[in-house]
Parts: sequence; C-alpha cells; structure tokens
Amino acid sequence: MTVLTDRQRDEGGRISRRAFMASALAAGGALVIGITVRGRLHINYAKQSADDPFSTWIHIHQDGRTEVVLNKSEMGQGVYTSLPMILAEEAELDWNRVSVVQSDDSQGTGGSGSVYHSYEPLRRAGAVVREAMIAAAGRRWQVATADCFAKNSRVFQRTSGQSLSYGELVTDARMHPLPQIKDVRLKEKKDFTLIGRHVPHLDIPAKVKGEARYGIDVRVPGMLFAVVAQCPMLSGKLLSVDDSKARIVAGVVDVFRIPSDRSGAEVAVVGDTTWAAIQGRKALELKWQAGAYRNESTASLTAKFVRALDGKEYWNWSNTTLNPDQVPAATRVESIYQCPFVAHTTLEPMNTTVLLRSGKCEVWAPTQSGGDTREGIAKALGIPQKDVIVHVTFMGGGFGRRFGGDFDTQAAHVAKRMMRPIQLVWTREDDFVHDEFRPAFMHRLRAGLDKQGNIVAWSDRLVDTTIIGQDDPKQAQLFEMPGAVDMPYPSQHIRVSYTPVDSGVVRGVWRGVPIAMNVFAVESFIDELAHAAGEDPYLYRRRLFTIAARETAGRVPVKRSGADWPQPDPMRMIKVLDVASQKAGWGTHLKPNHGRGISCYRSVDSYLAQVAEVTVDNGAIKVTRLITAVDCGQVVNMNGLTAQIEGGVLFGLSAALKEKITVKDGAIEQVNFNQYDPLRMHEAPQLETYIVESDHRPGGMGEPPVALPAPSVANAIYSATGKRLRRQPFSVTNEETV
Amino acid sequence: MVQEDAYSKTVCSHLEDCPGLALILRYCRCFTLHKEWYSPHFVGGSLQCSGVSPAYCRTVGGRRRAMIQMVLDINGGDRAVVADPEMPLLWVLRDLLGLTGTKYGCGIGRCGACTVHVDGDAMRSCQIQVSNAVGKRLTTIEGIGKGGLSPVQSAWIAEQVPQCGYCQPGQIMSATALLLKKPNATDTDIDDAMAGNLCRCATYSRVRKAIHRAAEEMKR
Repeated sequence: MTVLTDRQRDEGGRISRRAFMASALAAGGALVIGITVRGRLHINYAKQSADDPFSTWIHIHQDGRTEVVLNKSEMGQGVYTSLPMILAEEAELDWNRVSVVQSDDSQGTGGSGSVYHSYEPLRRAGAVVREAMIAAAGRRWQVATADCFAKNSRVFQRTSGQSLSYGELVTDARMHPLPQIKDVRLKEKKDFTLIGRHVPHLDIPAKVKGEARYGIDVRVPGMLFAVVAQCPMLSGKLLSVDDSKARIVAGVVDVFRIPSDRSGAEVAVVGDTTWAAIQGRKALELKWQAGAYRNESTASLTAKFVRALDGKEYWNWSNTTLNPDQVPAATRVESIYQCPFVAHTTLEPMNTTVLLRSGKCEVWAPTQSGGDTREGIAKALGIPQKDVIVHVTFMGGGFGRRFGGDFDTQAAHVAKRMMRPIQLVWTREDDFVHDEFRPAFMHRLRAGLDKQGNIVAWSDRLVDTTIIGQDDPKQAQLFEMPGAVDMPYPSQHIRVSYTPVDSGVVRGVWRGVPIAMNVFAVESFIDELAHAAGEDPYLYRRRLFTIAARETAGRVPVKRSGADWPQPDPMRMIKVLDVASQKAGWGTHLKPNHGRGISCYRSVDSYLAQVAEVTVDNGAIKVTRLITAVDCGQVVNMNGLTAQIEGGVLFGLSAALKEKITVKDGAIEQVNFNQYDPLRMHEAPQLETYIVESDHRPGGMGEPPVALPAPSVANAIYSATGKRLRRQPFSVTNEETV
Repeated sequence: MVQEDAYSKTVCSHLEDCPGLALILRYCRCFTLHKEWYSPHFVGGSLQCSGVSPAYCRTVGGRRRAMIQMVLDINGGDRAVVADPEMPLLWVLRDLLGLTGTKYGCGIGRCGACTVHVDGDAMRSCQIQVSNAVGKRLTTIEGIGKGGLSPVQSAWIAEQVPQCGYCQPGQIMSATALLLKKPNATDTDIDDAMAGNLCRCATYSRVRKAIHRAAEEMKR
C-alpha cells in the first residue's frame, strides 16, 4: 500500500501535475487521473467534467486495459457491477477486460437511486465514447462512420472487415471534439449484450478469498487503533473521567477527551491494537450526568404515541373537503398498527481511518457518501474541504447507517491529537447504543366501505418519532409519508395526517425509510377491508386497481409525496399481483394452521407483489415460502436484481419477526446480538422470485422489497389463525391492543 | 503513569522435566517475586518466551501480565507474535498479523464473522485466547484455498453468494468445516452448522445452494 506523501499531492488531494504527467505517460497516454492506494486507482469524480466521459467515466489505455469509474458506494447492492455494465454496454467495451475504479469522495448512495438516476446519464456517457471511437476509426480509414461499428473494445469496418482496437484509437479520438452528450444515439434493447443479463459480480472473487478491503481492514503504516467512550444514555454530559487505570493497560498509547456535540465530551482511548484500546476503555472510570431524557422508556413513548393520535397535526394531505371519518358508509373499519425502533446492525461496525498531516487529511471510510464524510471531517478539523480526500472502501452493509456524522468526526478529532494514522472502531456495543434507529411509529387507519366494498373514505393518522420532520414539518412529506400518502387504492375522500413524537432516541434512515413502516399498515389494513367486504384479498386488490386504472387514465397526476417518480400505473400492479398469486397457487387448499397472505407495493417506480405462506404451531410462527413478483422496468443485472430482492425481502422479514429496540431509564436496552437477534439461516423461508419483462425505465430495487414481508406475513397469519397482528415484531401469543 | 523499568521484569525458563512448560517470573510494585505457570497450552513446544523484555510487561486492569512471544501455526506456516496471552485470536490475526479476512462482528461469539478453523473445527476466534491457540493447527479464510480457490469458495462464486460480503469469510469457514465432517450434509445439517453465522444482507438461500454445490464438487 502506498500512502501519499505531501509532495505527491497538491491541494485537494489530487495528484500533483508532475506526478499526473508521469502516470499519464506510464499508462501509455491514456487519460488517467488517480493515485495508487490499496493497489486501486482512484479518480475524483467531483472534480471531473461530466461532459468528458474519457476522463470522468472510462479510461482507455493504449494497451487495451480499460478502467470504468464507480462514483457510488458498494455496500452489497451490486453497483460495483451494475453501473459499469451500463457504461460498458453503450461504449461497446470488452467486459472481460474491464476493471472498476472506485472514485474518491463519491456521491451519496441511497434511496434506491443509483441505477434509477444513473441509467440514462451513464448510457449517454458510454455512447459518447463509442461514437468518438467510431469517428476516429472512420478518419483513420477514410471511410464513412456508417460503414463502421464497435464491439468488444474494437471498431470494425463492415465492408472490408478490418478493425482497430480502442487502445489504438484512443489518442486520436481524444484529439478531436467529442460528440454532444445529448445528441448521441443510444442502443436499442434488442442489441444489448450486457444489460438485462445475469452477470457475475466483479467484487465477489475478492470477497470469497477474504481479500476485499473493508473500512475496518485498512492498514496504514504506523497506524494506531482507537475506541471512544460515549455517553451510554440517550442524553447526558460527561462529568468526570479517571483514566489512571486505562493508561497502564498493555498496549494503550494515549487517553484523552475529544469534543462531542451530544455529550459535551467523550473519551478516546488509543492503543497499538483494537483489543488494547478496548481493554483500556474498560479500565476507564467514567461519570455521566443524565440529561433531559433520563426517564424515557418504551412505555412512556407508547403513551405519547397514543396521545398524539388525537394530537395537533403538523402536516396533512387530502383530496377532499370533507372529513373522511364522517362520510356516509355501509361499513366502517378502524385499526391501529405499530412498530418499535429497529437497528441497522451492519455486520461491519462503524469505523473510519484518518491520517492528518501538515494540514492535509486523508481518510479511508466505509461511507455511503464520500462527499458528506469529507464535509464533516473538514468541519470538525476546521480545514478547507479541498484539503480532505476520502477513499471510499467496501463496506460491510450500509442500510442507511453509513452517512457519516458521529464516527467520522470522532476519528478526525483523534487523528488531530495523535498526528499519525488512526483507525477509529466502534465495538458492536457502540454500534447498537449509538445507532440512528428506524423511527418507532403508530398508524391509526379508518375506512368506510360502501355496500359493494369500495373504499368511500380513508383516513390515516401517522404518528412517529420523526427523522427530521420535527424541525420542518414539510420534510415529513419526504421522509415519513411515502407509502402512506401515496396509498394506491382509489377513494374519493382520503385524508392523511402526521404528528411527530418527541424522543431522546437518535433516529435515522433505515433501508426503505418510510415504506418499511407505512406499507405494513396500509397493506394489512387493505386485507382487513377485503375481509370486511367479504372478498378474497387478492381479487379485492385486483378489483380496486382496475377501478384505479379507469379513474386515473388520462388524468393529470396529483403529486402526493416528494418523490420524483412518474404517475403510478395500476395495470403494472395488477400484472405483478397476478404473477405472484398464480405462482403461489393462490386459492388452493391449505392444511390446518397454514395460511397464505398477499401484499403489493410500488416504490421508486418498481412494482412488487408478494405471497407469504406460514404455519402457526403452538404460537410459533414459521414462514415457509415467500413468492415475490417484480416489475422494475428494464433489468440491468439479473444477478444483482434477484440478490437485492432475496436479501431485501429477508431484511424486512427479520424486522417483522424478530427485531425490537427498547428503552428503559433513558438508555437503549439492547447492546449486542444476544439481545437483538436478526434472522438466521434456519429461519429463512424458501424464496421464489419472478421478474416481469418490462421496457420501462429501470426502477429502484435496493429498498422496495423490504416493505412487503411484514404485511404479507401478517395477512398469512390471519389466514392461518384468524388473529390479526398489528404490532411488530409479530407474536401470536402476546398481541396487546392499544 | 507507570514507570515500567522500575518494577517490570519478565524472565522465562523451560523446565527440563517438562519442555512444554514455561515459567514466567515477574516483579510487581512491591518488588515481590511472583511466579506464574503457563502450562496447558504450551504442549507441543511451540511457545517461546520473549525473555527479559520490560516493554512487553504491563499491567492489565490492575493485574500484572506479561506479553509473551508465541508461535502460531497458521495456514500451514509458523507465525511469531508477541501478545498478551489473553488477547483474542481474532485481534492477533487482524491487528498483529495483518490477516484481515477474518472479521470482527460482535466480540461475543454470536455473529460468526470471525470463524476460523482450529484443528479442523469451526470456532469463533473472538472467543479464543491466543495462548489457547498455540500448538493448534489454525486456518483462516486466506489459507483455505491453498493459493487458489477451495471447492467451497468456487461454489460461492458460482452461486454468486456475497452481497456486502463482510460475513462471508465466516460463512465459508463454517461451511467448509461442515462439509469436511459431513460430505452429504442435509438441509438440517446446514441449518445446524450455519445457525451461528449472521448475514445481515440475508444471502441465506444462496449460501444453502452453494453448500450443496460444493458438496457435489467435493465428491468428484
């Protein structure tokens, strides 16, 4: 591994001009901007011109080697392969000779948006490269470009059969103006050779050999390890610390206070191994003063939730001037659904490695946003952002937790004191207690049905420990409401309102953010309405979507959530409902104690439906099968897509069946996996996944699958037992009503 | 602050009647000579004492403890480390030997990310004191393929198992130990053997397929 010396680096962490020229020459004239750290090449996406894909996206060397730049973070969702595939498809690169380069300071990665937002821009960037290569070959041969085509990193002339490699053409191609990015011709679907295929993930070989380098695996010469003693309570201040015993622990190098926004100060323990630092921290004698939330408990929060159900509204959306609760109806149904706080528990705990020297800062971070990490660390150190460079590493899970903040800042403070490379590591206990949990919530849903079972009125009061909506109710629309406010079923009188609940528990975004909570309530409630109407839950949904399709046809969409997705298409939903129910054998005979439940949902323009099969024996819930049908538009990598569906579905199932963070005496009660046990192998049901062929723009698929298992399983449990479970995690024997 | 040189001294001698035994002699604050025997784990003779080495003699939690040089048999070769004998093998591998393929996940033996082989058995390296690993045959993810890929690793690639991949070294070590003992592992055997390995990305169905595939490969 090479660590940059100051001489090699100019301001902003970019390689110096002299070094750049040298590397460009060594690379045979290819445009390469980067530095070798961890044996990988880095480029700084943010500093490149988006109009020049040769410097921003695709580096073609004269010897034929080709690097494709990744400006998102790979955390298991497969962008390390899927985004380069999009570039390679349009650029006609030889996939077998492509290597991926992680850009420094990479863009924010989340919201299921990497493919959704990058698909068209990356295709256009790739097409510019292809057309520039074809133009260069045309000039070389003095033939019309129409007589040329590109394939496997070569340009061929149709009539003569002669060909030139991209490596032979790159210098010439770069000497002429590039085609305009908006004018390039994109390939037709029938000509795709990569997009839509099952392509092996490029990062998998290193991951099975134990060679993939995660943030916690970064090793820099002279590095020390640090842990930080943080306030164990929801709120509190550091009163005093006696570090005399910590200082004499074997391997402890230093103990000192660092500033903390939350608790005034925290205590860093630096050791020559992670173990030494942990042992040193154990030997600290710390006194904390409990703060404003000293008495908070799960019970006190639940009481607040119940009060807020009739409390002041912070925000609402309605399509009617009437109060839906007073609209005449043949049948009325009301239910309350609730979820606890849940934790991310990425298997790699939070960590960051920082080297601060001569006012310049080099960071190795498993971060979902290299840019945010850079900003946070620059702020903590009081140095300009241009003096910070963030090398984005592989990360052991993200799920929304790795947007930086606390641990980045801690690492910066420790590095500032030590003036040598330090790796800050959170132990699993730190990772639990100081997680940014998915908000706890309660939904009160009320509906009125007419005699035909149609929904004439729908009102939904969402109460949750908001993520950011408490300071800015308008933000609630974006962060808390999707999945509820864009409830897809037709009704003339809909009203959705929102009230935040104050809590000392730190909240954050958790894979799926609002949909993982809200879809549970909406899709369970629809099931209740189907039963109230005396209809089959699958056919009931299908009938309502048929009405929705008729009503919305040709009408200007009403924008309900802050998302930028297109108008929903009920016919796509009907299709996935049909596929899921048909594959599941919906309606066929079930043995006693067996149940089948269905749910569906659309998010980031992906449509999903799912059937769950469960057995309930002596109170024990066992999910045996989950059949999921998906229309996510154009598939990019079938391999990665099915992996995201399988993993996302089980991530959602894990929360629905097993996960719960509780609060007692102003502190988080669960601190390790013996108290908070996510889904394990023997609990995982059989998964069946069906992809509906579709030509729509690719939708997002990192999060949407998470939303379905809770309602499908709850609905299946109802079918098996007649018990309606409205509270997660599910328990047949311990269901209380509010 | 402790002034190490004033009262720290570590010496060691191997006794003639038991070449495997090591005697650690230490002086504490009151300059009393303390004797402490390290015996059960030194059988096999690969423990060596670091000799007089004040720098390695510190106090842990108020209790005096010596840093000891130990030789570990890892991935078919001997690796010498100087460490607190109670340091978990996990941190010795990661922080002293640079074998970062073995992952830290929980430190209490509940996630399986740190699984290694000890004399062929899948064990949680966060739960093994390094002194207990002396004289044992240790294998980590870096050594499982002997320069190439093991059948289990190949099956993991064929089934495209990893997502984030952080737990996968542990999954592969558990699966490998299972198949060495039970070449015809059933789904129930797999459930039993793999229940200790958490995968937060929930790659479980592909893990299961890969184990079955590896079992088939290994029979050929």
